[in-house]
Amino acid sequence: MALFDVSGYKSHLELRKNTLGTGLRHFSSGATNQEFAVPAGIDPSGFLKSCSREGQGGVSIDLNHGTTTLAFKFRHGVIVAVDSRASAGSYIASKEANKVIEINPYLLGTMSGSAADCQYWERLLAKECRLYKLRNKKRISVSAASKLLSNMMLGYRGMGLSMGSMIIGWDNKGPGLYYVDDNGTRLSGCMFSTGCGSSYAYGVIDSGYREDMTPEEAYELGRRGITHATHRDAYSGGVVNLYHMQEDGWIKVCKEDVSELIHQYKKGMF
Amino acid sequence: MEYLIGIQGPDFVLVAADNVAASSIIQMKQDQDKMFKLSDKILLLCVGEAGDTVQFAEYIQKNIQLYKMRNGYELSPTAAANFTRKNLADYLRSRTPYHVNLLLAGFDETDGPGLYFMDYLSALAKAPFAAHGYGAYLTLSILDRYYRPDLTREEAVELLKKCIQELNKRLIINLPSFSVRLIDKDGIHDLEKLVPVGAK
Repeated sequence: MALFDVSGYKSHLELRKNTLGTGLRHFSSGATNQEFAVPAGIDPSGFLKSCSREGQGGVSIDLNHGTTTLAFKFRHGVIVAVDSRASAGSYIASKEANKVIEINPYLLGTMSGSAADCQYWERLLAKECRLYKLRNKKRISVSAASKLLSNMMLGYRGMGLSMGSMIIGWDNKGPGLYYVDDNGTRLSGCMFSTGCGSSYAYGVIDSGYREDMTPEEAYELGRRGITHATHRDAYSGGVVNLYHMQEDGWIKVCKEDVSELIHQYKKGMF
Repeated sequence: MEYLIGIQGPDFVLVAADNVAASSIIQMKQDQDKMFKLSDKILLLCVGEAGDTVQFAEYIQKNIQLYKMRNGYELSPTAAANFTRKNLADYLRSRTPYHVNLLLAGFDETDGPGLYFMDYLSALAKAPFAAHGYGAYLTLSILDRYYRPDLTREEAVELLKKCIQELNKRLIINLPSFSVRLIDKDGIHDLEKLVPVGAK
């Protein structure tokens, strides 16, 4: 029966065998079946549940997205601004971490959450985008690139990935901005901010935003958003890395220390 | 935080969903469309856990379209609802259950309009009116009080506006706008977005 086939009915035993996998095979996309490298005999989501606040045993692994990143569209393209503090708990592991991955000259990805996850998966995304261009002789669209990343995240649902990222690019539909995160959310929009300092950044960029800003005004708004967020959020700091996505690719606008910027902005208040 | 509502009339189904995509306390997007077009006369409204909603809804959407390609005719709303429920039930006791609450609304040539309520435990119920979310606690009694099986389209929209006004007044979280669609024998029609103004 047609409906029986389409409904893909599998007995419970068959389902279990398929999900646990038969040996270690790495993630691969494309025409062949997707297979995910899951350790045999271990249940990652069950183990992680026991490590969260609600689980038994008193162990708590809380993954904080210690960062502020923001991006917004305006008349002349997309502005991307990120901080550069990498924290490991309350220790600052690096004050000049690079949280923007330059996938190719017309695609950027930002990183917040677990540094390892972001770097790995976005580098994998860069590889997939390059393969797409080689296979199809045209650039991948921002929508497709963000969907690829989102599907990678969904394949490891519940297994403890931590990534909040924005994919920014310019394709034939114009400037593109997508928010993708570890629980599979994928949103298209005109303005996003991620990380634990994001609420502070939203406050500043929401109140200062105009669609018809000049590029210099937009750079200033991006800088302001990150600076004020790093001022209030303990887990954000370092320098502001600012990029501008234009029709013919992205340019790196500036890299400025937030402690100097905050003194400029709050002159007379300290 | 999210809200879905459906009202079935004698020859139409009216559905509405809020437009907010939120992440903890932040509204990330204020114009999110939570309705998925399964076919020319079937809509799936989907809310629940982030990621699961779009993933599950798109999976059902593509499978319904695949059925049409393979067999030359579309699934009826009843069949689509049962197919959806079966998938939810299968995944429920797997390692990756989908935490989604659904409303499926459709119009069938022979059976007429139909509204199906489905929750994350894969319960399925055909109902004359239904709602999901915290807003349902406030609006189901309004629907109980004022619903009649022979509502006209205008009366149904007025009933919907009554429900949304109640949310605007009593619900602690702000839902600034709602997408509204109507399904009848001529297909799916987009109605004007409802934007509740001011608190009374």
